[in-house]
Amino acid sequence: MRYSLTSLLRQTLTGHKGWTPQWRDAAPKAEYDIVIVGGGGHGLATAYYLAKEYGLTNIAVLEKSWIGSGNIGRNTTIIRSNYLLSENISLYELSLKLWEGLEQDFNYNAMVSQRGVLNLYHSDGQRDAYARRSNMMRLNGADSELLDKEGVRKLYPFLNFDAARFPIQGGLLQKRGGTVRHDAVAWGYARGASDRGVDVIQNCEVTGIDIVDGRAVGVQTSRGAIRAKKIGIAVAGSSSRVAAMAGMRLPIESHVLQAFVSEGLKPIIPGVITFGAGHFYISQSDKGGLVFGGDIDGYNSYAQRGNLPVVEDVCEGGMALMPAIGRARMLRNWGGLVDMSMDGSPIIDRTHIDGLYLNAGWCYGGFKATPGSGFVFAHLLARDEPHPAANRLLLDRFRSGHIVDEKGQGAQPNLH
Amino acid sequence: MSISRRLASGGLIDRSRPLNFTFDGKTYGGYAGDTLASALLANDTMLVGRSFKYHRPRGIFSAGPEEPNALVTLRSGPRAEPNTKATTIELFDGLKASSQNCWPSPQFDLRAVHQLAGPLLNAGFYYKTFMWPAAFWEKFYEPAIRASAGLGALSGLDDPDTYEKSHAFCDLLVIGAGPAGLAAALAAGRAGARVILAEEDFVLGGRLLGDTAQIDGVSAASWAALAEAELGTLPNVRILKRTAVFGAYDGEYGAIERVSDHLQVPPPFVPRQRLWKIVARQCVLAAGAQERPLVFPGNDRPGIMLASALRTYANRFGVTPGRRIAIFTTSDYGWRSAFELQKAGAEIAVVVDARAEVSPEVRKLAGNAPQFLGAHVSDTSGYRRLTGITITDSAGKTRRVAVDTLGVSGGWSPSIGIATHLGGKGSWAEEQSAFLCDERPPGMQIAGAAAAQWTLAQALENGALAGAKAASQVGLGLQAQKSIVASDEASGATPMWLFKGSRRKAFVDLQNDVTATDVALAAQEGFRSVEQLKRYTTLGMATDQGKTSNVNGLAILAGEIRKTIAETGATRARPPHVPVAIGAFAGLHSGKHFKPTRLTSSHAASAALNATFVEAGQWMRAQWFNAPGENDWLTSVTREVKAVRSTVGICDVSTLGKIALCGSDVGTFLDRVYINTFSTLPVGKVRYGVMLREDGFVMDDGTTAHLTADHWVMTTTTVNAGKVMQHLEYCHQVLWPELDVQTVSVTEQWAQVAVAGPKSRDLLQALLGDAFDVSNEAFPYLACAEFHVGNIPLRLFRVSFSGELAYEIAVPAGYGEALFNALMQAGKPLGVTPYGTEALSVMRIEKGHVAGSELNGQTVARDLGLGRMMSAKKDYIGRTMAAREALVDSNRPTLVGLRPVDRSHRLRNGALLFARDVTPAPDTNAGFITSTAFSPDHNHWIGLGLLARGPERHGEIIRAWDPVRSGDYELEVVDPVFVDAEGARLRA
Amino acid sequence: MRIPCPYCGSRDSSEFSYSGDATLTRPTPDNADAMFDYVYLRDNPVGLHREYWYHAAGCHAWLKVTRNVSTHEVIEAVLAHDEAAS
Repeated sequence: MRYSLTSLLRQTLTGHKGWTPQWRDAAPKAEYDIVIVGGGGHGLATAYYLAKEYGLTNIAVLEKSWIGSGNIGRNTTIIRSNYLLSENISLYELSLKLWEGLEQDFNYNAMVSQRGVLNLYHSDGQRDAYARRSNMMRLNGADSELLDKEGVRKLYPFLNFDAARFPIQGGLLQKRGGTVRHDAVAWGYARGASDRGVDVIQNCEVTGIDIVDGRAVGVQTSRGAIRAKKIGIAVAGSSSRVAAMAGMRLPIESHVLQAFVSEGLKPIIPGVITFGAGHFYISQSDKGGLVFGGDIDGYNSYAQRGNLPVVEDVCEGGMALMPAIGRARMLRNWGGLVDMSMDGSPIIDRTHIDGLYLNAGWCYGGFKATPGSGFVFAHLLARDEPHPAANRLLLDRFRSGHIVDEKGQGAQPNLH
Repeated sequence: MSISRRLASGGLIDRSRPLNFTFDGKTYGGYAGDTLASALLANDTMLVGRSFKYHRPRGIFSAGPEEPNALVTLRSGPRAEPNTKATTIELFDGLKASSQNCWPSPQFDLRAVHQLAGPLLNAGFYYKTFMWPAAFWEKFYEPAIRASAGLGALSGLDDPDTYEKSHAFCDLLVIGAGPAGLAAALAAGRAGARVILAEEDFVLGGRLLGDTAQIDGVSAASWAALAEAELGTLPNVRILKRTAVFGAYDGEYGAIERVSDHLQVPPPFVPRQRLWKIVARQCVLAAGAQERPLVFPGNDRPGIMLASALRTYANRFGVTPGRRIAIFTTSDYGWRSAFELQKAGAEIAVVVDARAEVSPEVRKLAGNAPQFLGAHVSDTSGYRRLTGITITDSAGKTRRVAVDTLGVSGGWSPSIGIATHLGGKGSWAEEQSAFLCDERPPGMQIAGAAAAQWTLAQALENGALAGAKAASQVGLGLQAQKSIVASDEASGATPMWLFKGSRRKAFVDLQNDVTATDVALAAQEGFRSVEQLKRYTTLGMATDQGKTSNVNGLAILAGEIRKTIAETGATRARPPHVPVAIGAFAGLHSGKHFKPTRLTSSHAASAALNATFVEAGQWMRAQWFNAPGENDWLTSVTREVKAVRSTVGICDVSTLGKIALCGSDVGTFLDRVYINTFSTLPVGKVRYGVMLREDGFVMDDGTTAHLTADHWVMTTTTVNAGKVMQHLEYCHQVLWPELDVQTVSVTEQWAQVAVAGPKSRDLLQALLGDAFDVSNEAFPYLACAEFHVGNIPLRLFRVSFSGELAYEIAVPAGYGEALFNALMQAGKPLGVTPYGTEALSVMRIEKGHVAGSELNGQTVARDLGLGRMMSAKKDYIGRTMAAREALVDSNRPTLVGLRPVDRSHRLRNGALLFARDVTPAPDTNAGFITSTAFSPDHNHWIGLGLLARGPERHGEIIRAWDPVRSGDYELEVVDPVFVDAEGARLRA
Repeated sequence: MRIPCPYCGSRDSSEFSYSGDATLTRPTPDNADAMFDYVYLRDNPVGLHREYWYHAAGCHAWLKVTRNVSTHEVIEAVLAHDEAAS
């Protein structure tokens, strides 16, 4: 059912009795054209764009738990395209453009808020690296500005400018970056896909991938076997586990990334700020909570929770940057599983098995990529060729050496 | 003049110590031992704030950390602490607090107009609207929503207080000092276990403080005091009051001690709070249970409180919050509360029990108060304070009873949050009507009400047992425990989740204004998992962390989707169990103390020479030295460069990583970690080396000196010192343990100074005299030596980063300052000039040496013009992967020199490079400028860059594109060596 | 997380730096395929994982730690040097 002022008023007057489920809780059929494994943001977005852009609707999204239970529901809600390498900027900028029109597109208010994303620099070397990055962003059609110290002070006068261990020298600002109400993205895509005929199937865990003569032909699930002409895997955090069902080993480790939210506070931080001398970034939600995060814990984990050293590290960064948050209280702290890839960049590609496609390796950047990832993965599944915005994020780049390593850290996942 | 609700006697407050405090600018009186909430109630102040969404008047609801309503801002100015629960604030003299989320006051709040839109503002409302017209969301709707976001406000000023961190290790950590916790601590403490007993409150006792039961022949509160006294005599027991354990982590527990929060300001040298990290072999979670509210129409009015809280206010604080009190219960505990309130002197107007049958003994507890069984409260009245309730009896007949206070009791929910932090799930136990936890952190037992051992006697016995078991688990003998005798109490309860009645809102989550209708709507719209319900309605996401709302909410959801509570399950509990100040997690690591500051041994001497310092990792290095009359950095740096190139300069280079390698196989080892060969390097020689990561990209560069047969010393870049050390240890311990090699970092043991310039030899001669022959014949380019001057060991290396005749001289760090000063002294006649990192950088750019901006982890040796160093005769780390197609592609950007066609133009790092005739686009980008400097030699800016097919393009005019700084100019591609290309100077 | 360092005893994991799968063996030179597997591909299993931890803020020993990555339970820690040498 379409959301409009009319429907809203009518429902208000009739006690909201007429709102229908936002997506059909579908039961699996025996066969689909395309099965998407994973009912997170990327899987749902892929199904949505397959239906909307390519008219393919005989599609199932299989979710082992409830939709939105993965990283789409446990992130720090930031969107941006301020990357260094063209291979990444092109995808994240496509994503940012999709964010900009998303609510009208899927008729759901995901509260896309372009509040600006500011990355601070604290040394000449960092400034130079951000200058290069800014130029690369402009080259790829993204917006970027380089601010000096006074420019930063104007935006955020309460930052620690005077008694800092690593004084703020300036920042890289992307005004079009911002935040989104993360859960609503999953619900909006589920609703949009479901309305177009996609089966969104919850509590349906994939337990095996059926391969006949080098071709993927279906999946085994906790709710029975499902045949499929094509299978797309979009289960970041668990990519290795699912790929192993097809006998594949991936250039990926699963790690835990923690995130934090404070008690609700009156607005103090208008945009998104990233500290350049420690692991800390922060924004404030429309409800008033300070939403912040930092580095991954750094060890392989499937536990969806982290430990105190990183909690302390993140808060130390916060207090070094903005001592005004000292008396704000951390309300909740959670951990999500992330696919840390060997070069820190995602993988969107066919596999060596016909009919099996992979969308993985999002590291800690998966949320902001959601629309773009779904869009290019849908293209890949529908057309069998990479979308131009993601034609160098391929699986064989590790073998050929065309790696996409933003930070220059090498094949060490926990350093990206 | 307000009415006093303080009882004439009783309670655990100290009536000999009256205290004054102000709330919203008005001054009140209380006593030591009060909380802010109890003192406000004693002054008949019930209404203290407004709810989040509808701005409905809200009163004090509980007597503990579960409080959803009574949030205040404590103190003001930089010490303002928003969202502080009045029920946990220990009263102190001069306390100032103010209400939040209301304007102008809690009594009269203009935003209460939100209530009129109540029918519209239900769960998920936001997601369906504010989308038309498209641009209005960010321009209009969202700013309006944000304006009403949050509850309290941060001051925006720097937190002036300090925070500390402490580590503790114990045999047993007891969480909670109620009956079970005290009994556990006593049992384990008497057995000799090292016990830490952590209690969130400022008094030990938990529910004992609100009870009039007898234990071992004394009152419950006296028993708690006796237990505390005995624990105080045991040297192996540490009691942490005002300390909330907030989380279980792998191998440790986190706790927060509110050291000074009960004082006006922390005393000198005392932190405001202390973060404890406790490693405990065993743990007894005795955190008690949480009384559940009841969900019925109009259940949020000020004056409606948890029945157990009423009892606590009467017995612990000597306060009766109301004149006429009604009790609405589905458990025997509601009756118990009625009994205790009457005993304390309060008037019980009526007891309403939704259960049809209640035992006669329990009914006796209500005394003469009217009783309704099988009945429920179906409506309430009163705006700023409850004025009456409507009771619907078992026959469906309604009657109104005028009361100003209603105690609600819906049974108990065990506090098991901490037990589930490591992934264990609470599972619904139908018999106890509670979530219990079977899968617990290693070594944890749960005791008392947290384990649904409801009665006092059960809790005491259960706690003692858990303490004794924990002691035996850590190898202490089981001691015979003297049993604790407590009076019996009834504990029957039948949960009932939702009562119908008037059309008024029935609140589930008081703080976030989530109603039973919202829960139903979420289920109707397909949000059928508890996690989805939480996210769609915000149920349980407020500062009370759902302590009073979660179980009711999911039970109502279960009813809506026709599943059992067990099937529906609970949301996952996440730390912290109580909200913790961000400052406490940071401890002392804030401001200037965020990271350690490492100073070189010449720091003071450099400061005396007017050095400006710059951060280099954790080090502070002299960036340039300001000479009299110089007022911009470029003038100083240019002077320093000219001095080095014409006479002699000195620069502290101690921050370079230094690694000593000893053993007979060091040469072989180095052959395997460097791309070039070291095993052929004779004693007394230094060689430049490049090492790769295993993926074939350059990791670091530096020189290694062969000091004596079995002793080598390697230098690394400053930033990679730790990384290279770790890498070498890996190579040795994991890959080639058979090699006779030992490595140790000596970065901090040796101070090292570069002496550079045509007169550097003269300076060394002046310094060393006859101690060492520094002639070109005796000590040529790339020589090294270790010798003594007097009894001071000294190392000399003839290496040059500047391209001039140059040396590096090293002494034990303790002599570093003396060395620096001696060089300045001896060099005076030669005009020695100290130079900083900027001049160092200018000279290395002029020489085409690569540094951090080229060694960026994305370059291979060939990119840096170092490809010919890659030995084909041996294996080394990274060799195989460096042969990959993309890494040997001749189109890769490769090191070049750059100079502006318009010589007056300044070059900037980070500008992108293009062929002159192409339009800038991602696929035409040919590289970027990595390093730039003003070259005093050339008298214009020069640069280094990585340019596709760079070496073939010397002489070509290319385009530098720098839109972010409005730059677009032409460059000439040249050889990267701008000075002394043939290297004559450094061999002079 | 506590790591039982054979030299230093039970220590907080924050004293260590982590380096992933410890079941891999560096292949012989010039076996490019094996080297690719070694550098880039990981089993990344659920449950027990054998992994390298380096006691950076302690004795500088590289350890092989067996740990359950689903529960974070540390089962054992041995010196990588001993294993490599045997």
